[in-house]
Amino acid sequence: MKKTIKKTPMVKAQSSSVVTVGSEPIFTRPESLREAENHYCAGCGHGIVHRLICEAIDDFKIREKVIAVAPVGCAVIAYEYWDFDVAEAPHGRTPAVATGIKRVRPGNIVFTYQGDGDLAAIGTAEIIHAANRGENITVIFVNNGVYGMTGGQMAPTTLAGQKTSTTIHGRSLRREGYPIKMLEMLAVLPGAKYLERVSVHSSHEVLRAKRAIRKAFQMQIENKGFSMVEVLSMCPTYWGMPPIQAADRIKSEVSTFYPLGVIKSC
Amino acid sequence: MKNKVLMCGNEACGEGAVLAGCKFYAGYPITPQNELTAYMAKRMYETNGVFIQAESEIAAINMVLGASAAGVRAMTSSSSPGISLKQEGISYMAGCELPCVIVNMQRGGPGLGNIAPSQGDYFQSVKGGGHGDYKIIVLAPASAQEFFEYTLLAFDLADKYRNPVMILGDGLLGQMMEPLHIAPPKDGPKVFEKPWALTGAKGRKQNIIRSLILAEGALEEHNKKLQEKFKLITQDEVRGETVNVKDSDVVLVAYGSVARIAKASMEMARAKGLRVGLIRPVTLWPFPDKLFDAAATSGKKFLVVEMSAGQMVEDVRLAVNGRASVEFYGRMGGGIPSEEEILQRVEAMYKV
Repeated sequence: MKKTIKKTPMVKAQSSSVVTVGSEPIFTRPESLREAENHYCAGCGHGIVHRLICEAIDDFKIREKVIAVAPVGCAVIAYEYWDFDVAEAPHGRTPAVATGIKRVRPGNIVFTYQGDGDLAAIGTAEIIHAANRGENITVIFVNNGVYGMTGGQMAPTTLAGQKTSTTIHGRSLRREGYPIKMLEMLAVLPGAKYLERVSVHSSHEVLRAKRAIRKAFQMQIENKGFSMVEVLSMCPTYWGMPPIQAADRIKSEVSTFYPLGVIKSC
Repeated sequence: MKNKVLMCGNEACGEGAVLAGCKFYAGYPITPQNELTAYMAKRMYETNGVFIQAESEIAAINMVLGASAAGVRAMTSSSSPGISLKQEGISYMAGCELPCVIVNMQRGGPGLGNIAPSQGDYFQSVKGGGHGDYKIIVLAPASAQEFFEYTLLAFDLADKYRNPVMILGDGLLGQMMEPLHIAPPKDGPKVFEKPWALTGAKGRKQNIIRSLILAEGALEEHNKKLQEKFKLITQDEVRGETVNVKDSDVVLVAYGSVARIAKASMEMARAKGLRVGLIRPVTLWPFPDKLFDAAATSGKKFLVVEMSAGQMVEDVRLAVNGRASVEFYGRMGGGIPSEEEILQRVEAMYKV
């Protein structure tokens, strides 16, 4: 990534990720991202998504207005990496907590950061009703198809045939049901205004993800209502494969079931 | 609003919340507390507060968690089955040290039970209720007037100690219409500084509201700090009422609606020449142990009356600590003890 940016001098004026030392542009940490070693496994996508959020926040210069709601799951201590106000929510209740914050502080920028267990299983009621009320919040939904924190169990988003610690012979559609497409479900709700699915499996997709996250924050800044970005992300540890293979799996397998792109925009 | 009004207990509570400066209410329909939700829908609208009819009791308590984390006085209410659902959020708020007011207008249980008055949630209320080592302050009003006043008090206690406070009533108290005086706090609601609140990290370090504490030993330290706070509350916030205790052979013990009925039984007994007194805990946690000391050491007998199978009676026995006999009379599943029933029990105690 460092190399690419060096070759693209235009970027330095547009992104807070790039500063110049002397005449040399170098890749640096966004102001909203704390200097900390993270606890994520090698090849995990959370670190990238954390960074993209911080870049968007810095670009909009809203760090001092942001209040995030962290989930239960691998990203539960995201507040140790972000440098803005954060509340922790009980598992799945993240959009309800965000609703309470945003309604009493409409001038602040409120976003939730949720995994697939948090958002698509235990918190389905909360996400559906937050979207349906048209809460003016931003939801970043990281979908890696497993429960990572608890040891790689099946998630609602686990693909058919995928082996997990609770689907040892692979997810059976007959026994465990179908993987849930949350964005497509939410798209029918008039309260949901901007829904996009992106991925972080390649640098090209990371840049698209950054644009989507920016757009989702912009929707909130412009008071346009509920926006959500689903980010397909790698979990090499519980997919049982090396990081590069995990990234390839998103391209060849995961994104064919969960199509990338704007699902809804209004 | 006129100073003297006729209101049901649920509405009296709602007006207390408004005058306490409550700016956020989230609730979910359940009988017998619906008058409070409807009242808040109207009054939050009129006072530029926020009212949300949530998708569940679980969502409601978590919206309250969010509003409270953002530094605003917030409240939710429900009745027994709904309060069970809120326990997760209450435990998180106790862990995060977030203030809030929760109203439980108890109904018959277990399960869906019925919609008649009950006091079957005493244990759940005073022992913690959710998971983990924590306590919430529990206030038990016995009239619409007290329901109004204790709601004002509840918000102050919640902010003072950064802890959830519950007002524990029942369907009788919530739905009975009574006259009451609406007296707003003289200088408006008390204002507590909340430097911990999430307002955006402007000109300060980030604020984090959390109950997850993973570093080795750190959660035990956090628990010790919470226990210190609970000890302080036990020292400073005990409330209760005693009537005719000194001059009595039998002391009735009851809280909330039942305390009013027991008071009538006491007067009937007195009219018959029986020396009967009453101890009425107002804070159910912290429990007013000391109110029992003088009576327990002077040979009196206690009769605890509850709309339950016997829950508060355990705390009475702990307070009395074997120094006197403690008897119990209870009704369950929506049964309400009458003055006569209690009087009969008292008379039977004289015959032994």
